[in-house]
Formats: sequence, C-alpha cells, structure tokens
Amino acid sequence: MDMAGGKSRLTWAVNLSAAVLVLLWIIPTVGLLISSFRDRDAISTSGWWTALSASEKNVIERALAPGEAIQEGDIWVIEGRVLEGQGITVTAFGITSKEPEAFAPGDTATHARGHKITVQSDGNYRIEYAEEPSGKRGQRLFVRAETPPGFTLDNYREVLFAEGMGRSLLNTLTVTIPATIIPVLVAAFAAYALAWMEMPGRALLVAAVVGLLVVPLQVAFIPLLKLHIGIGLGKGYLGIWLAHTGFGLPLAVFLLRNYMVGLPGEIIESARVDGATDFQIFRRIILPLSFPALASFAIFQFLWVWNDLLVAKVFLGTGEDQVVMTGRIVDLLGSRGGDWEILAASAFISIAVPIFVFFSLQRYLVRGLLAGSVKGG
Amino acid sequence: MQQAIFAVSTIIIGVFGCVAYFYFSNVILDRLLPAKGPNAGRNINRANAIRPWLFVFPALAILSIYLLYPVFSTFFLSLRNSSGEFIGVGNYTWLAGDEKFRESLVNNLLWLLVVPAASTFFGLVAAGLTDRIKWGQAAQSLVFMPMAISFVGAAVIWKFIYDYRGDNQGEQIGLLNAIVQMFGGDPQAWITLPFWNNFFLMAILVWIQTGFAMVILSAALKGISEETIEAAYLDGASPLQVFFKIKIPQIWGTIAVVWTTITVTVLKVFDIVFAMTNGQWGTQVLANLMYDWMFRGSPDFGRGSAIVVVIMLLVTPVMVWNIYNAHKESR
Repeated sequence: MDMAGGKSRLTWAVNLSAAVLVLLWIIPTVGLLISSFRDRDAISTSGWWTALSASEKNVIERALAPGEAIQEGDIWVIEGRVLEGQGITVTAFGITSKEPEAFAPGDTATHARGHKITVQSDGNYRIEYAEEPSGKRGQRLFVRAETPPGFTLDNYREVLFAEGMGRSLLNTLTVTIPATIIPVLVAAFAAYALAWMEMPGRALLVAAVVGLLVVPLQVAFIPLLKLHIGIGLGKGYLGIWLAHTGFGLPLAVFLLRNYMVGLPGEIIESARVDGATDFQIFRRIILPLSFPALASFAIFQFLWVWNDLLVAKVFLGTGEDQVVMTGRIVDLLGSRGGDWEILAASAFISIAVPIFVFFSLQRYLVRGLLAGSVKGG
Repeated sequence: MQQAIFAVSTIIIGVFGCVAYFYFSNVILDRLLPAKGPNAGRNINRANAIRPWLFVFPALAILSIYLLYPVFSTFFLSLRNSSGEFIGVGNYTWLAGDEKFRESLVNNLLWLLVVPAASTFFGLVAAGLTDRIKWGQAAQSLVFMPMAISFVGAAVIWKFIYDYRGDNQGEQIGLLNAIVQMFGGDPQAWITLPFWNNFFLMAILVWIQTGFAMVILSAALKGISEETIEAAYLDGASPLQVFFKIKIPQIWGTIAVVWTTITVTVLKVFDIVFAMTNGQWGTQVLANLMYDWMFRGSPDFGRGSAIVVVIMLLVTPVMVWNIYNAHKESR
C-alpha cells in the first residue's frame, strides 16, 4: 500500500511539473496572440493577461443639454445613456469631481440646484427638473463602469492592407517556395550518388559535406554579394534563391544520404541485375522510398527560409517588392516600436504559417531531427 | 500579380531545369558510351565511372561557389583594409584593441556557456517528465513549438514580457514586471539593465532551443534498454536515482550532440540581438558586430571579414569533432 501511495504521489508530481513547464513555454506566445486582437488603447494601458476579464474604467460624460428637456406632467425630464453601445455595466456614479463614486446605480442624487439624477446600471440616466430648465451645458456625470473584454480584427486589417504586411507575405512566399524545392532536388541526386554509386573520393566528399554543415553563413555574405554584383545578378530573388540553395545543401545532402544508406541494398542490386540504369533506380525506387527524409528536409528548409532575416537583408533590396515579413517587422520595431497593436498583429501573421506547418507535419520534422543528430553527429 | 507569375515560372524552370539536366546528361552519357557493340565492356566501365559525377555535379558546384569559395575569399578579404589595400594582420591587431569587439567576444562566450547548458538541461527535464505521462505527446508539441517561430517573431513576443513603463507611464504591461510588482518588487527596464540584460536575451534562445533538445533526448531515453532500468528498480533505486544514475550516463553521446548543435546555433546568433537591442547597452555579439561593419554607416569589408574569421575559428572544433564522429559512424 505504502509503495503504491508513493507511486501515485510521484505521478502527481510529474504531471504537475510537466504542466508548469508547458505553461511556461506557451505563455509568451499566448500573450502575443491575445495582444494582437486587442485595440490600441487597451494594449498600451493594461497587460494582455487582463484582457479576458472585464476591466473597470472611470469616465466623465455630459448629459444632454437642459434645453432639450421634455415636459412630463409637472416635471421636466432628460433621458439618455452614458457610453452608448459599449456594453458597459455601471458600478458607481457621482455628480461632482470631489465624489465621483458617491452613488450606487439606481440611487438618486440631488444636485445643489435642486434637480435629481439617477443612473441605472445599464447606463441609462434620467434627470428630473422641477421647473423648465435652460442652458446648453449638460449635467456632468462621473461614471465608474465595467467594460466587457473586447477583441477586434482591426489590427490585422490595418497591418495587412495599410502597413504592407500583405505585400511582404507575398514576397516571403516568393523567396520560400523555390528556395525549398530546388535544394531538395539537387541534394537528392547527390545523396544517391554518395550513398549507392561507386566513385573515388566518396568518403572525402561526405566528410566535406559534414564539415560545411557548421560553416557560419556570415562567411558567405561579402564574397557572394560581390560575385552577384560582379556577374550582374545584383540584389534580387534569383540571388537569394541560389544563396538559400547553397546554404541548405549541406544539411540536405547529409540528411538524405544518411537515410538512403539505410535503404535495403538488395532491392537496388536486383534492379541493377535486371538492367535498370541508375537514373531509373533513382526515380522508381530511391525517390519514393526516401519520401520521409525528403519531407523532413523540405520542412526544415521551409521553416528556415521563412524565418530568415539575415540572408534576406543581405541578398534582397529594400524596395517594396522585396521586403520580406521578418524584415518588415524589424523595420516596424524601429520606426513604430510603441505601436504594440501593429507589432503584435504583424508578428502573428508571420508566425502563423510556420506554426501551422509545424503542427501538421511535426512527425516528419522530428524524424529529420533524429536522423540529423542522433545517427550522424 | 506579376511577381507571383515570376515566382511560379521560376519554380517551373528551376524544377524542370534540374530534372532535364539529370535526365539528358544521363541520356547523352548512354549515347556516347553505349553498353553494346565491340567496346561494350570498356564503355560500361567508363560510363559507371562518369555517372556518379553527373549526379553530384550540381550540388558540388553550388556548394563550392556558395560555401567553399567564400571561406577562402573571406580570409583574404580580412587581410585588406576598407579601400582594398593589403594590410596583413592589420585588421586583427585592430580587433584585439577594439572595445566593442572585446565586449562582443565576452558576450558570445557568455552565450556559449549559458544557452547550450540551459537548453540541454531544460530539454532533459522536459524529456524526462513528458516520457512518463499520458499527455506527453501533446506536451512535447507545445514545448517544441517555439522552434517554428522566427527569431524576429520571438523578439516581438518577448517584448511583451520584458516591457517596462517608467514611473508616470501607467500600469506595467510587461508580464515580468507585473509579476515582480505582484511580489512587491520594483519594476525594472530589463533590456537596458547592464550585464543582466544579456541573460534576458539568452532566455529567448533557450526558450526556442529547449524543444529541439527535448525531442532528441526523449528519443534517446526511449532507446535505453528496459533491462538496465528494471534491474535498478529491483535493486531498490528510486525513480530519480534511475534517471540520473542509469538513464543519463547511457545517453551522454546524445547529450553531447545536442550540446554542440546548439553551440553552433549560438555562435551565429544574430536576429535576436539585432531585433531586441541592436547591440546597445552592452549586449553586442560577434555576428551583429560583423553586420555593423559590413553594411552600416561606412562599410569596412576588411574588418567585417576579420570578425567572420574569428567566428569561423570558434566553430572549427565542433566541425572537426563532427567529421570525426561521422567518419567513425560510417565504418
């Protein structure tokens, strides 16, 4: 019994610790998501964690002018509503700045000049005058009100259409798709040759690929920029596709070769005996069997290119037609660092696609990571 | 619209170009050296010697131009000054005396000490915990998710954590300051806090890399043979003892791989610093310093290249270790 009790206590502790860890890890992202739906004022005056509960605020509003009072029997009456259309709940009101919360909703306050004021909890007010009032300035009403949590899509609308994020989304797609597909193809052929074809210096080539895996990208910037400008390529999409292809190739060749080496040799040998050429073997046997590895590299490359800032800053121009999303957000951080609603919505747009890809294709991503790290090193 | 057409046509040309190259180069080889006729045997041997090179040529060419050539080119550039004259090790002696470079180097070493250690540690804890619970798969997904987020996106996310409002600027909207206040502390401007701000930037990378460490370590933990674990339990070991004394020693190799992989990422860290502080308030790192010298104000490609060579040298031990391991593996 004692042993079982200890075990269930441990299970509890493990579950609880795991929950705390997971919470810690997702809270930052949740904060961004919630913030991106809040309006400008709400973001800059209260923390995002308050967004889900009702918030209280104090407002001062003027009632309608006394001149608009309507006669009801003996008395003159003004009726109206404070904070029209905001779905608020009044928790207290007052009629002087000294005591702005003197009355509960539904109570009647009597002004020094004799008129009586009532504010209901839904914001409706009624002011009664014993004699016909005059004047243009309405009675001041001090109201403490609870506002329900409010969310808006305006930030997204503004960011996508006015701040150029929509255009950047297109630019990012233009960079990402070719820069993902081309290296997969080029690497697949090379990986097959390095895995299954007899050639001198094969081991040396594999070692070189492993070595190139860790070369810092920074190495390439100046020489390649000079090269691109020298051969008339300049800054543009063709240059960045080639650059991303080059930078992605070591990992691609490494991952794919590791995977292809593990394919059963008998199939390939028997195909050779049957007279299949290497090209046929590659297309009919190797490519279909290697699909998981191809998929995992493609996901890596997609995430990496989509999220990249540095390569885009170096190899693309600064024109409207070439600024990618990460670059746009960095610009916004500099120029509009205080506009939280713009930042939050922009950032969320840029991370939404990778997160979607991540959750739908996680299986392949994990497999690729394992092949790249555990087996090879 | 025009751009979309441009992109689509590139994809088509690129993909078909690749396929066409591989297909036609093979066809031409078969034509030139037919596997029949009087010289069939000789032709087959020659074709077999050439064909692998047809397969690897595009990859080899791109790798040589885009990675290998730049390594050497950068080295030679680092021996020249901003106007291209040869100055020997002039840039390196300048580096040795430069205040900002020393700051970057120290910061980079700090990052190297903290980030791989913290990520591996949290990854190990996360792997250990999630392996033992029913909703482990879901938990792993959520911890792993930051991997998919760009460093720039992460920087914006963490701005909402570290934000600071001065005395008269109203309520704190940064989560960290709100928590500090809740426990009665004074809010701080975390990002400009000398020295410690480095650690707040590192936390972002740890947040991203922990998932990576967790996934790989979790797979390694699953690979441990059940027998050793059961034997330990039978001998009366507690779960914690089993974890630290039986499981961890068996996955040292994987821990080392995770550690070095994160080390390489750390050496290249750029976006986080660029987006959060741009190297101000004592947070400069090598990659961002290099970017400064290359592309801002009056560019000095020589000095920028010298900084890259330093990064390259710092990566070299990991590179050698990787090649050594891969070589050992293939035997």
